[in-house]
Amino acid sequence: MIEVRGISKQYGNKNVVENVSLQIPTGKITSFIGPNGAGKSTVLSMMSRLIKMDQGEVFIEGRELSKWNSNDLAKKISILKQSNHINVRLSIKDLVSFGRFPYSQGNLTKEDWKYVEEAIAYMELTDIQDKYLDQLSGGQRQRAYLAMVLAQNTEYILLDEPLNNLDMKHSVQIMKVLQKLVREWNKTIIIVIHDINFASCYSDYIVALKDGKVIKEGTTDEIIDPTVLKEIYEMDFEIHNINGNQICVYFT
Amino acid sequence: MHNKAKLGTLSILAILLVVFYMVIDAGGNWDYILPRRGKKIFAIILTGAAISLSTMVFQTVTNNRILTPSIIGLDSLYMLIQTGFLFVMGATTLTMMSKNVGFVISVGLMVLFALLLYHFMFKREGQNIYYLLLVGLIFGTLFQSISTFMQVLIDPNEFLLVQDKMFASFNNVNTDLLLLSVAGIIAVTLYFMRFAKYLDILSLGREQAVNLGVNYDYVVKRLLIIVAILISIATALVGPITFLGILVANVTHEFMKTYRHSSLIFGSILISVIALVGGQLLVERVFTFSTTLSVIINFVGGVYFIYLLLKGNKA
Repeated sequence: MIEVRGISKQYGNKNVVENVSLQIPTGKITSFIGPNGAGKSTVLSMMSRLIKMDQGEVFIEGRELSKWNSNDLAKKISILKQSNHINVRLSIKDLVSFGRFPYSQGNLTKEDWKYVEEAIAYMELTDIQDKYLDQLSGGQRQRAYLAMVLAQNTEYILLDEPLNNLDMKHSVQIMKVLQKLVREWNKTIIIVIHDINFASCYSDYIVALKDGKVIKEGTTDEIIDPTVLKEIYEMDFEIHNINGNQICVYFT
Repeated sequence: MHNKAKLGTLSILAILLVVFYMVIDAGGNWDYILPRRGKKIFAIILTGAAISLSTMVFQTVTNNRILTPSIIGLDSLYMLIQTGFLFVMGATTLTMMSKNVGFVISVGLMVLFALLLYHFMFKREGQNIYYLLLVGLIFGTLFQSISTFMQVLIDPNEFLLVQDKMFASFNNVNTDLLLLSVAGIIAVTLYFMRFAKYLDILSLGREQAVNLGVNYDYVVKRLLIIVAILISIATALVGPITFLGILVANVTHEFMKTYRHSSLIFGSILISVIALVGGQLLVERVFTFSTTLSVIINFVGGVYFIYLLLKGNKA
């Protein structure tokens, strides 16, 4: 269980995140949505200790973030940011094997390699696992990073815009993998996502941020609603039910 | 293994060069020649190892392949300390003073400076590591200017003494200092072993390292302190030669083509021994001591550096 209590972050005099409190439902996919600059990524980064908060606390399974041993925390929670550039030349397999570092401290056992192979297969990268990252397309690279996070095998997975650079086929594929992880392994997944229809079709819970504050949160049905969305994005939405999915139309 | 084969080749080459250096032109005077040359070789291996290890670590921590630890101003500080001694105490006191004392003071001041610099830079949260380098760079320039100022004021004869220190040289390494340095470098290297496993992860950048459970700020600060101590000892032992590091680190990356620091660091130490012993052979046999090793290293290093920049420009 992840609980956020009143976290804030200032850059200079600007409040990027202001007094955000959240309880993330366990075993579900939670989406963070909101306009650009709403503070979604900053909240995610603070929850995963990538940046320090100015005020407030984050509790993971009842223990405050700073009280955790860094290595133990890496077995509980993983984070993937949207931009990843690495200066070293790594193959996909090398990269994914880094995901086992919290368990093996660099000396991978047979069991660790099993996780690595599974993660690579899960992301359908087995054929190209020996290719170097700089030889890959944006989508393949994104999947390689996701495979690394899978190999890390944490209960909580935080993803900052995982669908960046991906075409429709791979976006859907990734979201289905995330759903599968939640259903089969009872993982808790939090994603920052821009495409409202992906949020609508694949998430269980939605948190809407605007100007550094949570302005709405609730189940997907509660948030995917014309009045609520208008308040968040300041534009008109039509919502149609297509084959059981709530699809937002906003191309005016 | 591919890496092992490469490391094996390097080891053989290094050993061959060392043996060649030891026995060339010996003329049967083994008792005289072996200890003398052995001492020099030992100093070469020691400084080569210290500099290549610290440059490798420094480049990984900063995620930048064209930086050397001298950027935080340790080289210039060394020159300032040497000039300062001479300026304040004069040549007679300096030549009378025990070399050990001078060595310990130099190393002490350099490490102290690095610690203070780190302390003030890391105290403020969210400081970029490049900010630290920039401040170090400015301090380096300041030290250099003060040294130059003192150098123009002192007696030309005394200036010769300073000039002697400006270029690294293995020709008159002091045995006492050598023992002191060995102790220091071994102690620091043992401490480094605790953090060695993090280097591969650190090369992925800060965010990935934190995600994988590395206590980033703690580890990076320790590693930077280790770098500062190694550089200080190597510089105080033979003179400013950190340019060697950038040359060796880049050749190692090109040659080893791996991300694993266990291979990279070992390889870089071997390459630096090859470069230094080869260079020393050139100094002694081809140039017959008319130049110093650091001049050759700086020349080759400079040419390689320009090549790197041009290559990077094209890509």
